[in-house]
Amino acid sequence: MRRSAAEHETTEIAFVRRTPLAPQPPPKTMTGALGWLRANLLSTPLNVALTVGVALLLAFAVPELVRFLIVDAVWTGEGRDACLESVQHREIGACWPFIWERLPYFIYGSYPIPERWRVDLFFAMLAVAIAWLMWLDAPRRDLGVFYAFVVLPICAYVLLHGVAAFGLPVVDTVLWGGVLVTLVVASVGIACSLPLGIMLALGRRSRMPAVRLLSTVFIEFVRGVPLITVLFMASVMLPLFVPQYLEPDKLLRALIGIALFASAYMAEVVRAGLQAIPRGQYEGAMAIGLRYWAMMRLVILPQALRITIPNIVNTYIGLFKDTTLVFIVGIFDFLRTIEVARIDPKWATPVTSTTGYAVAAIFYLVFCYGMSRYSRAVEARLAAGESR
Amino acid sequence: MKRTAVLIILGAFAFAQSASAQTLKTVKDRGLLICGANGTLAGFGLPDAQGKWTGLDVDVCRAIAAAIFNDADKVKFVPLSAKDRFTALQSGEVDVLVRNTTWTSSRDTSLGLNFTGVDYYDGQGFMVRKSLKVNSALELNGASVCVQQGTTTELNLADYFRAHNMQLKSVTFATANEAVKAYDAGRCDSYTTDASGLAAERLRLANPNDHVILPEIISKEPLGPAVRHGDDQWFDIVKWVLFAMINAEELGVNSKNVDEMLKSSNPDVKRLLGTEGNYGEQLGLTKDWVVRIVRLVGNYGEVFERNVGSGSPLKIDRGLNKLWNKGGIQYAPPVR
Repeated sequence: MRRSAAEHETTEIAFVRRTPLAPQPPPKTMTGALGWLRANLLSTPLNVALTVGVALLLAFAVPELVRFLIVDAVWTGEGRDACLESVQHREIGACWPFIWERLPYFIYGSYPIPERWRVDLFFAMLAVAIAWLMWLDAPRRDLGVFYAFVVLPICAYVLLHGVAAFGLPVVDTVLWGGVLVTLVVASVGIACSLPLGIMLALGRRSRMPAVRLLSTVFIEFVRGVPLITVLFMASVMLPLFVPQYLEPDKLLRALIGIALFASAYMAEVVRAGLQAIPRGQYEGAMAIGLRYWAMMRLVILPQALRITIPNIVNTYIGLFKDTTLVFIVGIFDFLRTIEVARIDPKWATPVTSTTGYAVAAIFYLVFCYGMSRYSRAVEARLAAGESR
Repeated sequence: MKRTAVLIILGAFAFAQSASAQTLKTVKDRGLLICGANGTLAGFGLPDAQGKWTGLDVDVCRAIAAAIFNDADKVKFVPLSAKDRFTALQSGEVDVLVRNTTWTSSRDTSLGLNFTGVDYYDGQGFMVRKSLKVNSALELNGASVCVQQGTTTELNLADYFRAHNMQLKSVTFATANEAVKAYDAGRCDSYTTDASGLAAERLRLANPNDHVILPEIISKEPLGPAVRHGDDQWFDIVKWVLFAMINAEELGVNSKNVDEMLKSSNPDVKRLLGTEGNYGEQLGLTKDWVVRIVRLVGNYGEVFERNVGSGSPLKIDRGLNKLWNKGGIQYAPPVR
């Protein structure tokens, strides 16, 4: 259009525009939902194919999921008859009354009912610790660290295990179960693995041969053995070799096994971060007179850990799901309590197992996705300095 | 070969342990009986919604605790898998193993265990669709049978079909759950496992009433409590707790009438309940040991009906587990 106007100009001026053209809205296909679709979902033939594929997959899965979990689900009832197609004469989806009835068991396991307030208190304290540590702008985070790593473990032991002198009857760990065990095992693993892993990673890169050798042997040995084997050995073979009164508690065995395991994996993750830091950083730190620990604490580790956040969280998520392996030593974690409950003949129906596993999937998804989102937020915040 | 080596090692440990075994004293000092149980078998050992253990095997443990402590709750249940149950008993991690364990000669001898009796006569059975119009396992020639892989069940199945010259199409699955699902979906004509398991699995089918359990039992699976070799007193106690429960049923003593029965003039009842003689003391227990068992846990019939029989969702017929004078084979030597 502009060109044709220019052609006219040379011949005869018929019209001179005095005011600039009002800005036109961008073409409809470039903005709004349509534009977003074009830019993000349909920009190339490959993208179109992917979009169609995913859409088909969703169209196939989502309605089925909604149908099973909500539309056809049974919400109230007293026993298996409520969830039986042959009794109700309709399509039956998830059997939620089974979950309602078994919920306390999924959370506390066989923990004695009059003592369950202790578990609730522990959950509350754990929530405070997590919030304090994870909220980066929280007041007195130094106090938070002290609370989470010193106060909380002691209180948790006193509360959950019980100390008869404080009027809290001892609750054998055989009775612990459900979400309680999953959270205890996961928190201990997560809290122990990072410090231990950093130590091992530094040890493996140390100039002292003995330290380096020990760290390397430990990491390679632990990584070379399946966790399931370690737990099985701890539960089956250990009692044969040590007298009964020396035998550590079953849950403690599992906790130690998982903490050592996670720390070996974490060591390699941290080592990758250490190796990614340019030599100049080490040399610069040494040049200004920092000793080894100060250099690590002030210069190297803050950078190395930031780089490795995705991998650290990856290890944590793996660890969270590995907690299900404690069933090998006869401890009923969350998944195991669901497995046990689905066998109960009171609720024996074709949908009981599926409902139980769906709940397990949702539980693990919520926790793992939560960790993943949080790490993305932390990464974004720590990377703010570099994005300019 | 490897298996034998393991058995020998375990046997050696069992022997080493047994030399100093004073189980009753250990249990009394601890104030707690530690019982190896299943934890994942409906009717035999399974925690309920409150986390309280229930089941036939579990109640046998409770009865032992009741006889020793006059408190059926002084027992700690350790859930054991099929793999580690014997090691747990041999190493002393549990005092008694009541985990639907089949009494066989090799377990009784080379594993260093003593089976004390049979609390449930089980055996492998078949389930078929009613629409198949099959009334006997002998009519299953050419049928496809869903079965769990790598179990004695699978071997028994093949043996049975071969012994009766029948064609077998077995369809195997890694877990019982998958096998049942496949049977329900119509992939096989029949599903086989132990009869007690069949009753529990049937409830999980889409239409339980369309399926029937055939009368044939093709294998002997006597399930019972086991203790370590080398402690005869403890062996006697566990053995006689079960006998006492069976005798109580035979003599009509149950948890509701046990206090009246104390006044009974029947000499058998008097000996059983300790109003005559000192049979409890001979075992290392108290005079009223059977009263404690029956009052706190119940007699064998009550325990059976409550956990697997008519009082439970499983509704298993007592069959072989009826008393010897009612057409079954549950028989206990007398207390005298």
